Amino acid sequence: MGSEPSDEVYLAPTVRTAVKVLVLGPFAVGKSTFVGTLSEIPPLYTEETITRTGAVADDPHGISGKTTTTVALDFGRRTLNDRLVLYMFGTPGQRRFLSLWEDLAYGSLGALVLADIARIEESFEIIGVLEERGLPYAVAINDFRNAEMPPDEELREAFDLLPEVPLVTCDARERDSAARAMISLVEHVLSVCPQQSQESA
Amino acid sequence: MSPPRRRDREALVRPYLITGGRAHPTVGSLGITTLVRAAPETESLGLGPEHRRVVRLCSGGALSVAEIAARLELPASVTRVIVADLLDENRLQVLSSGREQAPDRELLQEVLDGLRALR
Ligand SMILES: Nc1nc2c(ncn2[C@@H]2O[C@H](COP(=O)(O)OP(=O)(O)OP(=O)(O)O)[C@@H](O)[C@H]2O)c(=O)[nH]1
Ligand SMILES: [Mg+2]
Repeated sequence: MGSEPSDEVYLAPTVRTAVKVLVLGPFAVGKSTFVGTLSEIPPLYTEETITRTGAVADDPHGISGKTTTTVALDFGRRTLNDRLVLYMFGTPGQRRFLSLWEDLAYGSLGALVLADIARIEESFEIIGVLEERGLPYAVAINDFRNAEMPPDEELREAFDLLPEVPLVTCDARERDSAARAMISLVEHVLSVCPQQSQESA
Repeated sequence: MSPPRRRDREALVRPYLITGGRAHPTVGSLGITTLVRAAPETESLGLGPEHRRVVRLCSGGALSVAEIAARLELPASVTRVIVADLLDENRLQVLSSGREQAPDRELLQEVLDGLRALR
């Protein structure tokens, strides 16, 4: 085996299916923490380059023609059973990164939107874009300061959430709490998923 | 847990040098969570350095395209092209079934069961 990477780098040899979830939210809301808490491997980091028009906002000097910008993605994975692995990608959700996370969102299960109770408005744009794209999501308020939470109803109204969209609080540092937020997302996705996959004949 | 390390700018590999800007049909079938591993007894002879690193990493077991990118500190887009090259040459194999797609009910239930078991 020599200097090969340690076994935990690799997936179990029986794994054949990967699902992915996006963890979106404004700056420093706890995306990386959340991913790290649920991941079975130390979180990994990669970059994706955006070359489309979505990057224009990042080009204040107007040196146009080449509108490329680089977006950080941190991600982790959790093996859920011997054939199934879940990947979680944490990334900023602002509209200017739209082309990146459209690629990421393609084929994904859904998105978990993190919000900070002290600045929930910073998560509004992300929710708007998710709704435009029709990607199912849940909102998790990352409870940093054990702040006093406004009543659920007020929060739902502030976020303007449809009744079926889950709104939970979580502590991104705690596995149980992070898992619960992820579970509420998947339950929601399941509940809006068509009963039968259009089987004809 | 220390946060993932931001890649050293000096270490940036110029994508163009690796991919040569080629159009590549296999790339379109690859997602960031497509799972691959090295084909049995594949050698990395005759490959460029980046391709060789990918083969070497993947001969240890199964990984997603995203993990290959991260472990080798390559941009994800570049990694896709390299993996596609290697698939075309049968040096790598895809383990997951085809294009990434949104899970159906059965798979969602499996995800849910797996997450519940975490608690
Ligand atoms: N008290 C508390 N602190 C948290 C929680 N989640 C994250 N933090 C801390 O908040 C800071 C920011 O968390 P990150 O996970 O880096 O946030 P991020 O969203 O990935 O940040 P960017 O990638 O920079 O946008 C870190 O110092 C975390 O330790 C939480 O639930 N409670
Ligand atoms: Mg982060």
